[in-house]
Amino acid sequence: MSQTPDVIVLGAGIVGAACARSCAQAGLSVLVLDRGPIGGGTTAAGMGHLVVMDDSEAQFALTSRSCQLWQELRAELPEDVEYDNCGTLWVAADDEEMAEVDRKARFYQERGVAVEILDAAGVASSEPELRPGLAGGLRVPADAVIYPPCAAAYLLADARRKGGRVEMDCNAGVAAIEGPGSVRLTSGRQIQGGIVVVAAGALTPLLVPGLPIKKRKGHLVITDRYPGFAHHQIVELGYLKSAHATQADSVAFNIQPRKTGQMLIGSSRQYNAEGTEVEPHLLGRMLKRAESYMPRIGQLSALRVWTGHRAATPDKLPIIGPVPGNDRTWIASGHEGLGITTSLATAEILVDRLMGRNPAIPAAPYDPARFEHAAKEPTHA
Amino acid sequence: MISPMPECDLLVVGAGPAGVAAATVAAERGRAVLLLDDTPWLGGQIWRGEQQKPTNAQAQTWLNRLARSGVRIIGEARMVGLEGPGRYVIETPDHHWTIQPKALVLATGARELFLPFPGWTLPGILGAGGLQTLVKTGWPIEGQRVVVAGSGPLLLAVAAGLKKAGANVVGLFEQASPASLARFGTQLIAHPDKIGQAFGLRRQLAGVPYKLGWWPVRAEGVNQVERLVLTSGRQTLTVDCDAVACGFGLVPSLELPTLLGCLLDGEAVAVDAGQQTSVQGIFAAGELTGIGGNDKALVEGQVASLTAIGEHAAVFPLHRSRNGWRNFARALGKTFKPRPELLKLAEPQTIVCRCEDVTYSQLSGYTSWRDAKLQTRCGMGPCQGRICGAATRQLFGWGMESVRPPVLAARVASLIPSDERI
Amino acid sequence: MPEPEVINVTVNGQRLSVPAGTVAASAVARAGLVGFRAPVRGGPARGPLCGMGICFECRIMINGQPQVRSCQVICREGMELRTDDLANA
Ligand SMILES: Cc1cc2nc3c(=O)[nH]c(=O)nc-3n(C[C@H](O)[C@H](O)[C@H](O)COP(=O)(O)OP(=O)(O)OC[C@H]3O[C@@H](n4cnc5c(N)ncnc54)[C@H](O)[C@@H]3O)c2cc1C
Ligand SMILES: Cc1cc2nc3c(=O)[nH]c(=O)nc-3n(C[C@H](O)[C@H](O)[C@H](O)COP(=O)(O)OP(=O)(O)OC[C@H]3O[C@@H](n4cnc5c(N)ncnc54)[C@H](O)[C@@H]3O)c2cc1C
Ligand code: FES
Repeated sequence: MSQTPDVIVLGAGIVGAACARSCAQAGLSVLVLDRGPIGGGTTAAGMGHLVVMDDSEAQFALTSRSCQLWQELRAELPEDVEYDNCGTLWVAADDEEMAEVDRKARFYQERGVAVEILDAAGVASSEPELRPGLAGGLRVPADAVIYPPCAAAYLLADARRKGGRVEMDCNAGVAAIEGPGSVRLTSGRQIQGGIVVVAAGALTPLLVPGLPIKKRKGHLVITDRYPGFAHHQIVELGYLKSAHATQADSVAFNIQPRKTGQMLIGSSRQYNAEGTEVEPHLLGRMLKRAESYMPRIGQLSALRVWTGHRAATPDKLPIIGPVPGNDRTWIASGHEGLGITTSLATAEILVDRLMGRNPAIPAAPYDPARFEHAAKEPTHA
Repeated sequence: MISPMPECDLLVVGAGPAGVAAATVAAERGRAVLLLDDTPWLGGQIWRGEQQKPTNAQAQTWLNRLARSGVRIIGEARMVGLEGPGRYVIETPDHHWTIQPKALVLATGARELFLPFPGWTLPGILGAGGLQTLVKTGWPIEGQRVVVAGSGPLLLAVAAGLKKAGANVVGLFEQASPASLARFGTQLIAHPDKIGQAFGLRRQLAGVPYKLGWWPVRAEGVNQVERLVLTSGRQTLTVDCDAVACGFGLVPSLELPTLLGCLLDGEAVAVDAGQQTSVQGIFAAGELTGIGGNDKALVEGQVASLTAIGEHAAVFPLHRSRNGWRNFARALGKTFKPRPELLKLAEPQTIVCRCEDVTYSQLSGYTSWRDAKLQTRCGMGPCQGRICGAATRQLFGWGMESVRPPVLAARVASLIPSDERI
Repeated sequence: MPEPEVINVTVNGQRLSVPAGTVAASAVARAGLVGFRAPVRGGPARGPLCGMGICFECRIMINGQPQVRSCQVICREGMELRTDDLANA
């Protein structure tokens, strides 16, 4: 970039790509730096489920706003983004989980999200591969699935196509943020920009020490093509009862039909697992869980297993905004298992705040300042 | 399922010449040995069918020794991954089980190198070794017009085999130049039996046009191959045919050793003088350590196995022969190295990744295998880059594709460890 | 008991006898078919390439199970082979 870029975005994952695009749309010049290919971090490892969630009002606001933005983009997404409006089916195994279906349904309906409650027969007929005897489920028809690495590439290309000033370097490992708006690369090169947006996913704390982001590892399995084996992204509600929400290693049944006809099977959650290796026993537990919901899943041909690290925060909400006391370093990270979904609304909030505009949804729940107290604590445990 | 053999002294994976030799010599010395192969057959690619129809004396000698040695043999069984340190997962058509051997010999061999050219995806165009293998198991070839093209000594053997099976071999085209073959010929003097083999094959191929320095540029046909266009750089030739047997030499199948953590040396598994890999207790023999044919495989299999079971005195006399075959392997690699013209055959619309139908033009502009893979799906299909990975290494100079479990597509159920099943 | 010399299978519903030891891929070819699998982005069907189980070009449906590599499966009495199933594409 001949001149000093207004914004340097660290990270070309889905979040960095979305931020770069929104900045460019606001007329800012952007330089995107990554040490590897576009979407090669956690964005290459995630499921790509675009899902409206209800854990908290703030989570709902961010996910629903984002899903709306994805729907607005839908018509122009190229084929390789594999946008598929398959919907979500939350399945209830028993009466207790069925009560959760009712609660969830009310929550969504009160906020204008279309849902459909299915009884046992309804679940069985809409997903015949599910085991018999499930209590019912909740269908959220507007939810969708994409292929994240191509979505990230598309967002960057789109910004440029529409006249945005975006440059990128995918061979630029960032060693540190040094001084206001300035980064030093691992090569030793120094780059000066207006502000720095850190969208380095689970690696963000390496660049901004003290942020309460922890790696949370997940496993996924992709199969050969079996069109029609599943029709919706199917997620069990059992994980609400199980350990999935706590600190221990946990697994939950989750299957996603890809547009290719492949099945993507998840998922596991683990803290204190820094390595990227596949862990056979956790993988086994995850697949056994899946098999307990879809008995014939064991016969499908598995092509590849991989892992990825989610960027988890204590309150399960991302961190979007300036570092307290340093208005030239901004954070867009901590999206845990929802960063594909929430990338677009994240970028919208970030740029609205940068430009002094009023964000479409309240920005306070995601503000880095909420951790200010925690951030001052020593980082070692 | 309960493991048919939860422990053993030596586990040998791959029942080609290297694996057969490795298993045999250990069992002959009283060790408990299990030999696995992905296929239902013994003998690997080269000796396939020898059990049913004996034709090769060397194969018979070894297969008889194997039969008498007391090796436990399980076919249609393949290693798909690890369940824990030294605990390997084996998949069979209906089950999977684990085994914890004292030592492991990998002898999983090689596959053919395929380089994309326009039309290469038409049915009827098979690998040279691929067609030969299928013909040994019932593929109808009698009376068919077959062109054999590509590179390497395998082409001669394949052409002879096809002819014997009743094919009308309409031409044999080796891309290596006459000059480099002549140089190779002088090196063969160190291996007189190889000369004998080559002359024997040429005799069997009397009447088959045999051209050096020719290579395929394009295949044509509607629903299957109807003709192959070849060139020598100066002239071109169109040959009508019903089938094409085409491979550009062999490349080691490195997925399993890579997944098990064995370090590589270029495009082969790195081994020490006793054939041990960088991982203690895991040995590699045969094509995995460098393409060199069955004699190299036989001696390496013995060295690996004898070292693995601690019979070091018996290894010593084999070193000379093993080193000789290693040199032969190096000469082989040089002689039949694909010429640069072969890397320019693909046109923009030519498919490079056959699983995901990714074309040559879609791949240009990416800087690495991973970048291209993530954006185009190249190498993401069921073969996980086994075909296109080797090709793109040649075409674009990209590094090796990364390996994740399972080693080769496996049933989802096989990824559930047995103790998680309870 | 000696192995039978001939095995009866069906290919897309048509009966076919093949010599014992024939693999499913060879049976399909013996039935006169050249295309085994529909490519994922259209175009003429594909047939076997590697003959050794690694290219996955020979996938067909065998006894109701889709995506099976036919070059690795020996024909057994009564085996049902299908290449005409579009879900298999
Ligand atoms: C198993 C699993 C399943 C998931 N499923 C879903 C789902 O269904 N739906 C959903 O919405 N989300 C899902 N997620 C979450 C989602 O994948 C992530 O939230 C999202 O990809 C985060 O994107 P990102 O851009 O923040 O991070 P990343 O994609 O990790 O991007 C960060 C980038 O920064 C670069 N970088 C980091 N440090 C440096 C440095 N020092 N110098 C240069 N570059 C650097 C990296 O190379 C990387 O490209 C899932 C995650 C996992 C692990
Ligand atoms: C929606 C979606 C669909 C996908 N569909 C497919 C598909 O159809 N087919 C397919 O093949 N892939 C598919 N992928 C996965 C993709 O190809 C990669 O596998 C994924 O990006 C991450 O995998 P990886 O860790 O294997 O990446 P790699 O490129 O292998 O490497 C990532 C990192 O992991 C490390 N690593 C690699 N192997 C190991 C190992 N054995 N042990 C420890 N570390 C290792 C590497 O060193 C590197 O740092 C899909 C991904 C997504 C998001
Ligand atoms: S022909 Fe390659 S897998 Fe069967």
